[in-house]
Amino acid sequence: MNDLSPLDMSLAAPLVPNEGVANLSRRRFLGGAAGALVLAVSLPAARVRAQAEGAGALAPKPGTRVPAFLEISPDGRVRMFSAFVEGGQGINTAMAQIVGEELDVNPARFEVECAPPSPDHALVNGLRMTGGSFSTRSSYDAMRRLGATARDMMIRTAAGRLKVQDSELTTEDGKVVHAASGRSIGYGELAAEALLLQPKQDVPLRDPASFRYIRKPVARLDVRDKSTGRAVYAIDQKVDGMLYAAVTHAPVFGTEPQALDNEPAVKAMPGVHSVHRLPGAVAVAADSWWRARKAVEALKVRWSEPLRDRLSAVSASFSSQEMLAALKAETAAGLPSETEGDADAAFATAAKVIEADYDAPYLAHAQLEPPSSLARFNADGTLDLWVPNQMPELFQAVAAKTAGLLPEQVKIHSPMLGGFFGRHFMYGPSNPFPQAILLAKATGKPVKVLWSREEEFLNDAVRPLSFSRFRAGLGPDGTPTAISVRTVGEGPIARWFGAIFKNPVDSSAVEGIVEKPYAIPNRKMEFLKVPHPVNIAFWRSVGHSMNDFFYESFLDEIAQAGDKDPYELRLALLKEKPRHLTLLKAVADLSGGWKRGPYDAEGGKRARGVAMASPFGSETATIAEVSIADGEAKVHRLWIAIDPGSIVNPAIVKAQVESAAALGLSSALFEQVVYKDGRRQAKNYDAYKILSREHMPEVHVAIVESGAPMGGIGEPGLPGVPPAVTNALAALTGQRIRSLPIANAKLSGA
Amino acid sequence: MYEINVNGETRKADVDPGTPLLWVLRDTLGMTGTKYGCGIAQCGACTVMVDGTALRSCQFPIERVGGARITTIEAIEQDEVGRKVVEAWVEAQVPQCGYCQSGQVMAATALLKETPKPTDQDIADAMTNLCRCGTYNHIAAAVRQAAA
Ligand code: FES
Ligand code: FES
Repeated sequence: MNDLSPLDMSLAAPLVPNEGVANLSRRRFLGGAAGALVLAVSLPAARVRAQAEGAGALAPKPGTRVPAFLEISPDGRVRMFSAFVEGGQGINTAMAQIVGEELDVNPARFEVECAPPSPDHALVNGLRMTGGSFSTRSSYDAMRRLGATARDMMIRTAAGRLKVQDSELTTEDGKVVHAASGRSIGYGELAAEALLLQPKQDVPLRDPASFRYIRKPVARLDVRDKSTGRAVYAIDQKVDGMLYAAVTHAPVFGTEPQALDNEPAVKAMPGVHSVHRLPGAVAVAADSWWRARKAVEALKVRWSEPLRDRLSAVSASFSSQEMLAALKAETAAGLPSETEGDADAAFATAAKVIEADYDAPYLAHAQLEPPSSLARFNADGTLDLWVPNQMPELFQAVAAKTAGLLPEQVKIHSPMLGGFFGRHFMYGPSNPFPQAILLAKATGKPVKVLWSREEEFLNDAVRPLSFSRFRAGLGPDGTPTAISVRTVGEGPIARWFGAIFKNPVDSSAVEGIVEKPYAIPNRKMEFLKVPHPVNIAFWRSVGHSMNDFFYESFLDEIAQAGDKDPYELRLALLKEKPRHLTLLKAVADLSGGWKRGPYDAEGGKRARGVAMASPFGSETATIAEVSIADGEAKVHRLWIAIDPGSIVNPAIVKAQVESAAALGLSSALFEQVVYKDGRRQAKNYDAYKILSREHMPEVHVAIVESGAPMGGIGEPGLPGVPPAVTNALAALTGQRIRSLPIANAKLSGA
Repeated sequence: MYEINVNGETRKADVDPGTPLLWVLRDTLGMTGTKYGCGIAQCGACTVMVDGTALRSCQFPIERVGGARITTIEAIEQDEVGRKVVEAWVEAQVPQCGYCQSGQVMAATALLKETPKPTDQDIADAMTNLCRCGTYNHIAAAVRQAAA
């Protein structure tokens, strides 16, 4: 999601298919229709109306209409309707800091919630989403301006009341102050009148040198609620008369329920309200979720036969191993994703040529909150939907189609997310909300659908399994002169946003392999699209999550082939890149100076590896320190230097980098979704191992603010970790890990 | 019909015998601070205290509760140790998504009630709940601070 360039919304013509969503089979829902569904949102309702009514009716520029964002109560508390959804990344606090700075209200007095669908909130290049590490950087300027505009409205209102000139007034943490007379009026008293004023264009912004909240480690707004069980997530929603529903999905993706052998017996189970067939699933609605779950698990379902065509559908014999073999075996030419110089000629004259294949598995999001949705049809024909989501307008559009309503009849509530990491985009059959809508319709009652952890592990949309083949040519002095990479597979952008992003080279499949900063003069990168038969997803740092592991590991292989130290080689290849050079040196300093090892330490030998990445507009440099204990890789320390250009909250930046690093390490060490015989193998955390406390290393983060345009924060900490770890393992053991997770490899011991 | 003692009050629950305490708390009694993560005693999101000991409520059926005193996150600040733990959690800015944190706070409180001055090893042994956001280092720092 690096290149979410401005979109031409007028291109987004085809909308939702006529037959509606409810009638689609699960396969059709995923295969044919889903791409088009995505487009429904890229043309927000107001924009459609505006086009119909002519240019004069255009909605105001997103991020400019103050009352769409702010409500100030008489006691001076500020309620903010944010464009983004909070899921642990700290965006609510960042929004309060940015707006509070200019509005002149301490962010601690903000309450921030995710705004309902509205064109006012389309702040990410005309689109609204929480993802791509876009939230702060896309909205920073607009939200500063919004705060300043609102402050100006307070001042003008106060001037009228105090019968003085605007210029005689200043503000002081939520009050307008007339210093000359010592009088002041709180924003709370002014707000009702002030927020109705016509906003002024070009209100001056605060001088950054005088910032009190931005760039400060302001405390997060939600920590107390989250430390006392008061934070409310989708799974906690409750409405009167609600039924609880549990589902069982088809064991092989794409098959359908055909017969329920014991339906009457299940209907007679205690508390059961009704039994339902859904696209690709069966459901039971009951008076408690536990009873619903017991009942749905008791159902004896006969499912349709899996399709037989090998890799275009999940067949009864499909396996991730077979998928990887197919990607490797593809011989068709790819499309160029990056070309520089003349790689063929450079390879022909190279003193040495090396080659290596790299791969990484399917991954689950494994966010700790299992997905749920609550749907309630109201007497006035509207629908309330509580749904974990990263794109409210898109969910509104698809929910409307599913329910047979107009988008404006669907009220979307976007609760706080119990982790997301890319889980809550629109993924067709991997979202529970269409089931909630269909069940609420069928039962005539509000229904909350909750997927058990097992259903989540079996039906989450996965980070695509990936494969790239690397080749490098070295000159007589060991310096790389050419690199070529062939990437075969599919990325989530083409799958889910393909109709908007028309580039046949999917950036989400090749990011981390292209646009690397190293001065290797001849480059030939290509991408061959081979779609996955399984449902694929965005996963924290997307293509970077595996591609930087591939590239940065192979760069260490180049260093070894050229008899160079991997840190020194990077320094040499970054000679002309001051930003990267500074960062690389910063991480070396942070770790006490570069030393590769192996060296002796407490408990045995250790070694270090280094890696760099350029994800989401930020730059990172990472060093990992590892040892081996009982045949297992042990990561002791991670040092990460990040340059996001500039920042809003250093404490949140560090926490996010550490969090992303933990996920990166988890993926490097343990994680894999394995298909065998058409089915996923792991159903819960016992079999899908994620990083636990015992494997958590010390993490040291340094923030370098180069002043470059603001980059992302939520994801960039991740991609450097897997290659830093595997490079350290290579330094320790000589063993090169080219396939993740590391747990699959037999480590040779130090 | 079961009668159980939750946070010092007697509560009635008309549920099937095998129903895990987790679902009685969440759906029958409407106390949703205790979270469901895995249902198989792997993640610890559902941790409550039973007679002062941390327990994963997703694997604790209602018929085994008997007269035990259940403490949930909703009452954590009424407990002296619990209050200290919460303050340490806020001070160390532990939570990210927050979903695991009810369970983490319960586990930490139970640890400190039993072992007021835990060693790093005690902390490692007691704090085994999963956190997908990777807040483990902040958790350890907060436990140490609450014990100080
Ligand atoms: S929900 Fe009980 S341990 Fe995970
Ligand atoms: S804070 Fe998100 S799972 Fe722990």
